[in-house]
Amino acid sequence: MASLVSHPDEVKVVTRRFGQGATNIDRYLELDGYKAVQKALGMEPDAIINEVKNSGLRGRGGAGFSTGMKWSFVPKQSAKPKYVLCNGDESEPGTCKDRLIFEHDPHAVIEGVMIAALAVGAASGYIYIRGEYRYLSVIMQKAIRDAYAKGFAGKNIFGSGRDLDIFWHGGAGAYEVGEESALMESLEGKRGIPRIRPPFPAVVGLWGGPTVINNAETLASVPHIMLGGAEWYAKIGPPKNGGTRLFCLSGNVAKPGVYELPMGYSLKKMIYEVGGGIPGGRKLKAVVPGGSSTPCLTADEIDINMDFDSVAKAGSMLGSGGVVVIDDAQCMVKFALRTMKFYQHESCGWCIPCREGTDWLKKTLMRFHAGGGVKKDIDNMQYLSENMLGRTFCPLGDAAAMPTIAFVKKFRNEFEDHLEGRPCPFEKAGAAEEMAALAH
Amino acid sequence: MVPHYPTKRSALVPTLLYAQDEVGFLSDEVIAELAGRLDLTELEVRNVISYYSMLTTKPRGKFNVQVCTNISCLVRGGEEILQHCAKKLGVGHKGTTPDGLFSLEEVECIGACSWAPAAQVNYDFHENLTTEKMDKVLDECRMKA
Repeated sequence: MASLVSHPDEVKVVTRRFGQGATNIDRYLELDGYKAVQKALGMEPDAIINEVKNSGLRGRGGAGFSTGMKWSFVPKQSAKPKYVLCNGDESEPGTCKDRLIFEHDPHAVIEGVMIAALAVGAASGYIYIRGEYRYLSVIMQKAIRDAYAKGFAGKNIFGSGRDLDIFWHGGAGAYEVGEESALMESLEGKRGIPRIRPPFPAVVGLWGGPTVINNAETLASVPHIMLGGAEWYAKIGPPKNGGTRLFCLSGNVAKPGVYELPMGYSLKKMIYEVGGGIPGGRKLKAVVPGGSSTPCLTADEIDINMDFDSVAKAGSMLGSGGVVVIDDAQCMVKFALRTMKFYQHESCGWCIPCREGTDWLKKTLMRFHAGGGVKKDIDNMQYLSENMLGRTFCPLGDAAAMPTIAFVKKFRNEFEDHLEGRPCPFEKAGAAEEMAALAH
Repeated sequence: MVPHYPTKRSALVPTLLYAQDEVGFLSDEVIAELAGRLDLTELEVRNVISYYSMLTTKPRGKFNVQVCTNISCLVRGGEEILQHCAKKLGVGHKGTTPDGLFSLEEVECIGACSWAPAAQVNYDFHENLTTEKMDKVLDECRMKA
């Protein structure tokens, strides 16, 4: 349903089957489908893990942890059943890539889950899809049924003597559930509140069993690695940042869309060449490089390569691949407010620094944007954010604090422009009153 | 869905959503029924309902118009779409029209960032919206009613 785009610089790995009818299992088979899992069936678990390790594949959900390494943490022997959990609770603002994967290539996700299960010795895999993506749950349910009908899933898969069950699961609206331990709570039928770690999910996860949790894009990449080889995949990107990335280009660009580019692609080129630049004769003001929780970069900071390590060096994060482009008609105070309003809404309330911090910051930013700010608010916002960092069980507190610190530091002048009751210089007359009527 | 999981309770979240789609909201009867089937207390079920933003214990309009105003939509006019809907429907955030046809909701990111501004009416995505396009969407809902 969501429209596809393309650009000559794209390297189509995960998106290879997009728009080719691969939701149909027979078509998927024609397009080399289910070959990778059959190959994996003939391999030792350690060999599968090593292949993924050597490919340089890192978690596409945001943290960028080595996937092969994550798998290797699962104990070989376990009294309790082991599980694989695919995180398709995509909800980081700016991110809309897993949606396309589920829509166009659901069997690749199933295959990825199966390979992960073979690698860690699990007999069941769960594919969690956010509640808003109902049409994708329907697509996934059919894909799973078709895989069972062909004997690819369930008992004695591919006649190998091994049993491997695949199930889907649906959410009901909660950003926090995208965090791995909250995801498990949600799957167990509870409020999505994070668990204290250690123990890590690889040791004590779903229903107390060792669990591997990977993002949908990560798992959809795995079959391609098994077929193309670790070396081929690793070489697509710079060292330690193997493969491609689905970049969700959005905001003030001429050609927004989800583009699959090699890891380490230039951010500047992504905005000006792939995305066609800033429309309407406007200038670039800032970019959020990896979803709303990543610190923004100013127009002077975009000469960087989009891989985990280069973006970290530039003081931000590659995150979930959501590249939000902001032009000079946008108010950064308002942008900061909208970002904080989101985190305040989504904070599960478990940790006080996050629950209270996001609420204070939202209220301060609302007052500030409405012209009721005082000078010390600016430093207070930064102080408050800095004191949230690292003081919560899950990264939501950090996710709210990090972008706020960057907004205040990099756009302090815009915050100062709102002082002393001055109306927002970017707002159309009357717009603020209209929105105030809808405030909640 | 219960046989998919080692514990009955695990089926709760998706089951609640399906029940809500069927009935329109999570009524006391639905909550009691599900609690009974999954061996939970009603309080445990309500505790879960209050956490998830899509679940509601209050009746909503037949068409739930959910407009995203999060960052990617914000910079492409998501707020204008929301204001337009509010004016057109005469209701605010989480309001329902007196005829019970429409509810309006300002929602968080719905995963349509590259096709912003976007909204969902029930489960259907409407993307690259303009106020004219939004009018058409609302008119089509009225025709279907």
